[in-house]
Amino acid sequence: MSHHEEDPSALPYVEHSHAHVVPVRVYVIAYIALMILMGGTVLAYYIHPSSTLASNVIALGIAVIKAVIVVLFFMQVRYSTRLTWVWAAIGFIWLIILFSTVTDFISRGWIPIKGWTP
Amino acid sequence: MSSDAVEVQRFRPREADEDLGVQYEDMEQQNEAYIVGMWTFLVTEIMFFGALFLAYLTYRTLYPSVFMAAHHELDVKYGATNTVVLLTSSFSMAIAVWAAQTKQLKIEIGGLIFTMLCACAFLVIKGFEWAAKFEHHLVPGPLFHWPPPGYDSIVVPGDKAQMFFCLYFAMTGLHALHVIIGLLVMIVLLILLIKRSPLVRYYMPVEMTGLYWHFVDVVWIFLFPLFYLIPSH
Repeated sequence: MSHHEEDPSALPYVEHSHAHVVPVRVYVIAYIALMILMGGTVLAYYIHPSSTLASNVIALGIAVIKAVIVVLFFMQVRYSTRLTWVWAAIGFIWLIILFSTVTDFISRGWIPIKGWTP
Repeated sequence: MSSDAVEVQRFRPREADEDLGVQYEDMEQQNEAYIVGMWTFLVTEIMFFGALFLAYLTYRTLYPSVFMAAHHELDVKYGATNTVVLLTSSFSMAIAVWAAQTKQLKIEIGGLIFTMLCACAFLVIKGFEWAAKFEHHLVPGPLFHWPPPGYDSIVVPGDKAQMFFCLYFAMTGLHALHVIIGLLVMIVLLILLIKRSPLVRYYMPVEMTGLYWHFVDVVWIFLFPLFYLIPSH
């Protein structure tokens, strides 16, 4: 078996993978942004803001931004067809619908029982 | 009937691309089909993890002080390191996919190996964390003990704290299982690439593995703040 390097000119046909090749600098910028957000979220944890709501919003907000960067750029959804975009979005929209069902659970009129109620 | 099939073949411009399946018009359609297929699987994975996230959301809403107290048993440094490791592995996986698209085999193999090393590092750190939990009797079950040694001012009841750790082990365990599965898939890909198998001459297997791996990373991006960064008043 010959140990030839992958020389594009040696391939029997013209090379076109029909993929939208995302330039590497996009990945590098995305990675740097993710690291900055990572630093920000840990910093925000150690310098806790006064209200719990603000802390939660900051931590989860940064997580959402990180996830969006990973989905759009690393997973190339930004450069994909609209169908792919719909598939990706639907998954997360479904998740929001699922989380909305917590309103059922927390709005139940629990009968307070001594020893069980928090 | 067979002459009709021959007619269709003659008129449809077949590209000189051996990776094009007969059921597709052109490479764009084939690529899109693969990507959408992989995303369909990822949507089912979102459903899989979503249920656990819902359980977490419910119990944290009901017992916020319990979660706040119990999460101090987790070390933010381990969690943050794991997050950085996974983000870096996502980056190297994206580079590997880029190399597959631009037919640079060495960079592709290098990116894949680096991703696998990051995955192993993640599992090792996770192993240390879990071992610490076993030592401190924080594993749900008959050996669960609350409050843990050294913690005197705990007012949360033990059974509610156990719920936090049930969710912790279930969600990080399921995530670690996905990391292991991703690692196995990458091992197979690596062997195929090293053997120059025609199966991986097409970039799509690596791209789909990349999509799976990025999804695993996204799940951890949410697990990290939910378990490690619970704010205290």
